[in-house]
Amino acid sequence: MAALALRAPRSSSSSGGRSAARLAGLLACVLLLAAGASASRDEGSGESNGTRRDPGRVESGTRRDLHPRSNLTAHKKAFPVLSFNYEHVRKPFEISLWILLALLMKLGFHIIPRVSNVVPESCLLIVVGLLVGGLIKAIGEKAPVLHYELFFFYLLPPIILDAGYFLPIRPFMENLGTILVFAVVGTLWNAFFIGGMMYAVCQIAGAQLGGVDLLSCLLFRTIISAVDPVAVLAVFKEIHINDLLHILLFGESLLNNAVTVVLYHLFKEFSQAGTVTVGDALLGIVCFFVVLSLGSIMVGAIYGLLGAFTSRFTSHTRVIEPLFVFLYSYMAYLSAEVFRLSGIMSLIPCGVTMRPYVEANISHKSHTTIKYFLKMWSSVNETLIFIFLGVSTVAGPHAWNWTFVILTVILCLVSTVLGVIGLTYIINKFRIVKLTKKDQFIVAYGGLRGAIAFSLGFLLTNNKMKNMFLTAIITVIFFTVFVQGMTIRPLVELLAVKKKKESKRSINEEIHTQFLDHLLTGIEEVCGHYGHHHWKDKLNRFNKSYVKKWLIAGERSTEPQLISFYNKMEMKQAMMLVESGSSAKLPSIVSSVSMQNIQQKGPTRGRAIPSISKSREAEIRKILRANLQKTRQRLRSYSRHDLLIDPFKDNLSEVRFRKQRVEMERRMSHYLTVPANRQETTPVRKVCFEPEHQVYTYDTEGESPRGRAAQTHPSPPDTIGLVNEATPRPNQSSALRDRDETELRAKAPDDQEEQLKLSRCLSDPGPNKDEEEDGSFVS
Amino acid sequence: MGALQSASAHPEYGDLAEKTGFSIGKIRVLHKRFKQLSHNEETLRRDHLNDIPDLACNPIRAQIVEAFFDRRNYHQNGEGPVQEIGFEEFLVVMSHFRPPSLHMTEEQRENVRREKLRFLFNMHDTDNDGTITLEEYRHVVEELLSRSGALEKETAKSIADAAMLEVASISMGHMEPDEFYEGITFEHFLKLLHGFEIESKMNIHFLNMDTSTLCK
Repeated sequence: MAALALRAPRSSSSSGGRSAARLAGLLACVLLLAAGASASRDEGSGESNGTRRDPGRVESGTRRDLHPRSNLTAHKKAFPVLSFNYEHVRKPFEISLWILLALLMKLGFHIIPRVSNVVPESCLLIVVGLLVGGLIKAIGEKAPVLHYELFFFYLLPPIILDAGYFLPIRPFMENLGTILVFAVVGTLWNAFFIGGMMYAVCQIAGAQLGGVDLLSCLLFRTIISAVDPVAVLAVFKEIHINDLLHILLFGESLLNNAVTVVLYHLFKEFSQAGTVTVGDALLGIVCFFVVLSLGSIMVGAIYGLLGAFTSRFTSHTRVIEPLFVFLYSYMAYLSAEVFRLSGIMSLIPCGVTMRPYVEANISHKSHTTIKYFLKMWSSVNETLIFIFLGVSTVAGPHAWNWTFVILTVILCLVSTVLGVIGLTYIINKFRIVKLTKKDQFIVAYGGLRGAIAFSLGFLLTNNKMKNMFLTAIITVIFFTVFVQGMTIRPLVELLAVKKKKESKRSINEEIHTQFLDHLLTGIEEVCGHYGHHHWKDKLNRFNKSYVKKWLIAGERSTEPQLISFYNKMEMKQAMMLVESGSSAKLPSIVSSVSMQNIQQKGPTRGRAIPSISKSREAEIRKILRANLQKTRQRLRSYSRHDLLIDPFKDNLSEVRFRKQRVEMERRMSHYLTVPANRQETTPVRKVCFEPEHQVYTYDTEGESPRGRAAQTHPSPPDTIGLVNEATPRPNQSSALRDRDETELRAKAPDDQEEQLKLSRCLSDPGPNKDEEEDGSFVS
Repeated sequence: MGALQSASAHPEYGDLAEKTGFSIGKIRVLHKRFKQLSHNEETLRRDHLNDIPDLACNPIRAQIVEAFFDRRNYHQNGEGPVQEIGFEEFLVVMSHFRPPSLHMTEEQRENVRREKLRFLFNMHDTDNDGTITLEEYRHVVEELLSRSGALEKETAKSIADAAMLEVASISMGHMEPDEFYEGITFEHFLKLLHGFEIESKMNIHFLNMDTSTLCK
């Protein structure tokens, strides 16, 4: 194990990476040995009493009770200062060790870049799980098994919640029909087709397989035919395919859980009942299915609305806001499980209903907290699931039957492909944007099976076929995850599937999205049929007039979407500017267009500052002020202690700092509606800043009449307002910046000399070098 | 009367189908709707469209109605508004919302995109001068936000200003301070909405079945 771990680091190229990876590997080994040893120690103590494990634990517990007494009575020696009492922390200790192991593995994989580019993380984790399982078995210990409860109640919910909460609603709703067809009809098709074929083949194949009856076959088929959301997420998060395919695959994997649960319960009932008629079966399917899906959605929606409503009142206790989101969702999941509905399917409506209202109510920090917590939990749980999968594979009982297993794998593939092709043919008749052959291929190929199938398999009744089924399930899972998972990335590249657009939403796109919505609704109405857009519009209006009033606190409830988008964008830009100010990097928009290029001669307007609400303004103000302080302090300290730095370089970076500060101050005044301190900005005389400067300051209008703006804006407050509106910062490209800086360097001494004469009295008007330095460090 | 009319209109339908790309069945349905809207007259006027009750709560109703009466949308290189339109013009305007067919070359797809974006551009450019000026863009944003109740004009203005600035930054890159950005030309508009994938978004499902009896 140590050798294996060390072999991996040797393959990495950089020496730093190698040593870090080796360290990680060593740490992991130490942890593994500790975990194994702790397990074996317990076994050892149990064995020494000649009993099995559980009684062994009790025994050692009672022995522990005996100890103090024996200590006191027998020896009367000094109290044990340092004693080893592992038992009472055993459970949390082991859990922590496992989680730590999982995280270190994850860390290790990302330090070794080459491997993680070829092999998706899930495969590597399964391999690690296999190794760990092998190790534990070698020690002779019973490995932890992926229990139903552990998996379904602790490991799975955060992953699904993470996916559901951040589900992109628009593409989901637009493609809902397609997703439902794939999920429901596709899974049913898979289940029955494969089940029927398997049964037929088993009957034909003869003796050892003859014991497989139809129902258990169908049950098995149900388990194996469901596409697994965890596996899909894990593999596809590293490949950024376009939104449509992503939402199809992901939506399908989520929704088919409902189908799986229905069929599972149904077949279980029937297999216990013995015989079943076709009528029963159909009735069962319809009844269960309708009840189950509607029930899950309702449960989820109720909890979602409850969560939204609660968040309306949390303005005074901001700290516990994230907890509400998590707990309401978890309750939705558990409640659905109570009624034997599909917990996964209830998490999605819960997240979807809660999100728009909660996000309008909670603070920015809570939002960040929720996001990061969900990501963290889902990441850890995913890792643990895959490792446990590996461990359970090694540990579990196996019955290998070549025919059965190979048949299963092949049939799985065949039925998926056939299903996708057939369904797409039908679906394309109803879709506006048709699915191409490439899309179909990815949908078929991306149908990965995973841990859900595995843990459901454990629940099968313990007949003699169970082990065979389990083995087959594991094989299919391994096949899909390894083979399909590893090859999907090169295939995506090869087929040139459209990737996700990386661009951020611009305000123009938002305006046009809304415009298009209304336009299409209008045209539908002219056409005279109530289509897709009409109902969406109706729902939006209902939402705006009634629901929002109830669920969103205060004035935000009447804020139209465009404005909230705009506010959000402003805030983001302010924070970005602030952050970039602290790391000496300018924002990326490279254009020097500013407001006076767009404004023409126009009448004077009132203050054109957008109406951001007071609390937001306060928040933004706080952020900007705090960071402005930091930058200012840094600049001052820079000036006082770094006198020996090369003045050339000094000037450049100093100039850059100053530029950022100017911009930040400008932005601050944008939000604070108080003109920032003007004296600090006058020393900077850059080519492109001048027009803004003159507009900015009250008294320098006549100075250098650049641009029409100076002449045509008679009243200063307007000009400040207008300039401050320039949302994408008029920054210069780097080429321009260099040009300016050289110019500035030439100009700087002149300017500074001028200022020295004009504004201040320096204590020491020394030689040129000193002047330059002092001039630079004007703060 | 109806049967006779449709029988004699068949050769017309063939022409229209070729011109706009709709199928005969869809054209028939749309013709029925046209007649319903225009109260069986030959031409459609603005007030006919304004009478549609559902359209009343649409914030950009005026622009939509205008779009039907705008010569630029008839693909005949005309300009300026008209007072009434016949079925052919109605159909041509509707054809802007047809989804692209599955088997299209890249060039055809590009053409479709241009056509749809041209339609949008014409809707924004109300004074027919070929550019969307700041005032026109402001008007667009104001209309969009007009249904939200208590809204100051300034918010709309600032949003439109920000959007315009963004367009200018994307299209022009670097501008001297004394240069003046006239307005969004069609080329800039194309560049702006380049990643928008409008050919998949700006579509309506035209039915083959006649559902006009279901709604007004």
